[in-house]
Amino acid sequence: MTTATLARRGRIYVLEARYQFLMVLREPAFAIPTLLFPLMFYLFFGVVMGGRGFSAAAPTYMLATYSVFGVMGPSLFGFGAGLAMERDSGVLLLKRTTPMPAAAYLLAKVGMAFAFGAAVVLGIFLTGAHGAGVVLYRWQWFALSGVVLAGVIPFCALGLAVGAWSKSRAAVAITNLVFLPMAMLSGLWIPITMFPAALQDFANVLPAYHHAQLALKVIAMDGGQATALHVAVLAVQSIAFLIVAAVGFRRAESGAVSIRPGGMS
Amino acid sequence: MPEEAVARLWGVTHRYGPVVALEEVDLEVRRGEVLAVLGPNGAGKTTAINLLLGSAAVQTGEATVFGQRPGAPGVRARRGAMLQISGVPNTLTVGEHIDLFRAYYPAPAPASRLLAMAGLEGLERRRFGKLSGGQKQRVMFALALCGDPQLVFLDEPTAGLDVEARRGLWEEIRALSESGRTTVLTTHYLEEADALADRIVLLHRGRVIAEGSPATIKSHTAARLVRCVTGVHRDRVASLPGVVRSEARGRYLEILTSRPEDLVRALLDLDPDLHDLTVVGAGLEEAFLALTRAPDASEPVS
Repeated sequence: MTTATLARRGRIYVLEARYQFLMVLREPAFAIPTLLFPLMFYLFFGVVMGGRGFSAAAPTYMLATYSVFGVMGPSLFGFGAGLAMERDSGVLLLKRTTPMPAAAYLLAKVGMAFAFGAAVVLGIFLTGAHGAGVVLYRWQWFALSGVVLAGVIPFCALGLAVGAWSKSRAAVAITNLVFLPMAMLSGLWIPITMFPAALQDFANVLPAYHHAQLALKVIAMDGGQATALHVAVLAVQSIAFLIVAAVGFRRAESGAVSIRPGGMS
Repeated sequence: MPEEAVARLWGVTHRYGPVVALEEVDLEVRRGEVLAVLGPNGAGKTTAINLLLGSAAVQTGEATVFGQRPGAPGVRARRGAMLQISGVPNTLTVGEHIDLFRAYYPAPAPASRLLAMAGLEGLERRRFGKLSGGQKQRVMFALALCGDPQLVFLDEPTAGLDVEARRGLWEEIRALSESGRTTVLTTHYLEEADALADRIVLLHRGRVIAEGSPATIKSHTAARLVRCVTGVHRDRVASLPGVVRSEARGRYLEILTSRPEDLVRALLDLDPDLHDLTVVGAGLEEAFLALTRAPDASEPVS
């Protein structure tokens, strides 16, 4: 491959990501809830309520769990709902008739989820450090942001699986049905240790639980399970989501279901 | 006459579950021509286009474009497509969409030329969601041309447009073929195929039922169906004015003709007792029906 070809292909990735980002930024129905809700929740439950009710450690604990929550949103909605919408509107089909590399499209969506996730995490960190007096070592801030943002991978995979199997109109609702209960049952809103034992056991099947435990490990507030266990579960689940997504796309393309609103003609 | 095939379907049969979308279809796109694939909804037009675009996998038969597999990278770079889709994201501007699609191709057309070819000058900064239906179709048209393609597929380019917007887009499509590109368009308007195409392939229920110049196809579809009870024998009818074919149906004789007035006059001269006479105007739909009647029930008599 010549340098010119490489440069051209590089430009596709950059432009695809840039326009993906612009597109989402100009869509208030996506941008406002995904950027502001985790921050507002953290302010209310972590800082205002946490300072009085739960314990002195609450703002620190919830700094980690609400950051995980903040990364889940753009990954699930950008990928899940966003992809289902672009598939149903036909844009994806149109792009696939062009020489656009499919990876450019997918990476642009991952990049968008990453950028939005990073913005939310930054907001929560600033609020925690300056509004709630959360004190961490410098390495902990960096490690925590790294661990939390790595969650983009399993959550994008989950979003892809939901997007591959749902119609655009249903995608937002289905994503919410995955997103909100999983956030709650994984202990992102209220510490998992306050749950009944059965629910604590159940949390072990949820990717957000394992991701949150990894984040809590950085600040030594996790439940004590092995790092390797959490990483292994997340890796296996990510691969499973990708397989489910691939099957969903293949099914749509085989014509078993209509790939555009007008049906076939 | 340009004869070289730039794209072809060969013996293609395609099913969606139990529904047969295409059956034993042979279709050839010749270099430099405008080919119209004409047919009512559900005829299989979009399936044919999707196979030629590589968007759907060939089940039975063969599809090639530029002598290669339709989805091959070298093919994608040299052809463009306008699909029947609801549009591109509303929040990006016309200029941004064109910028992105141009980046996909190794030798894109200049943005200014694309805007001019699609009649979009002055709208670069407008968001897609703020455009009229006609303007949106023009954007989709411009996106099909971003790669400066040699072969362009337009799947029902004027669907849902009003008469004025439709004629406007016709101008752009004509200019496209004058610039030497090969164009395949699907439509269910005979008028559109007639206005734009060098050659028409008539598709009905997944089969190619007629193929030829617009004049040939029109001669079929301009026909009227004359129905009556008469003692005149079918064999005698064949020599009467404009008769395409005739057929006995129960006690009726049905005659497809391009000259209904002359035919009726001749019939009445031959048979004063002729009764129960009806003449059905053949729109495109009737013409499809006339052309698609089971051939064994009505041998063509001319």
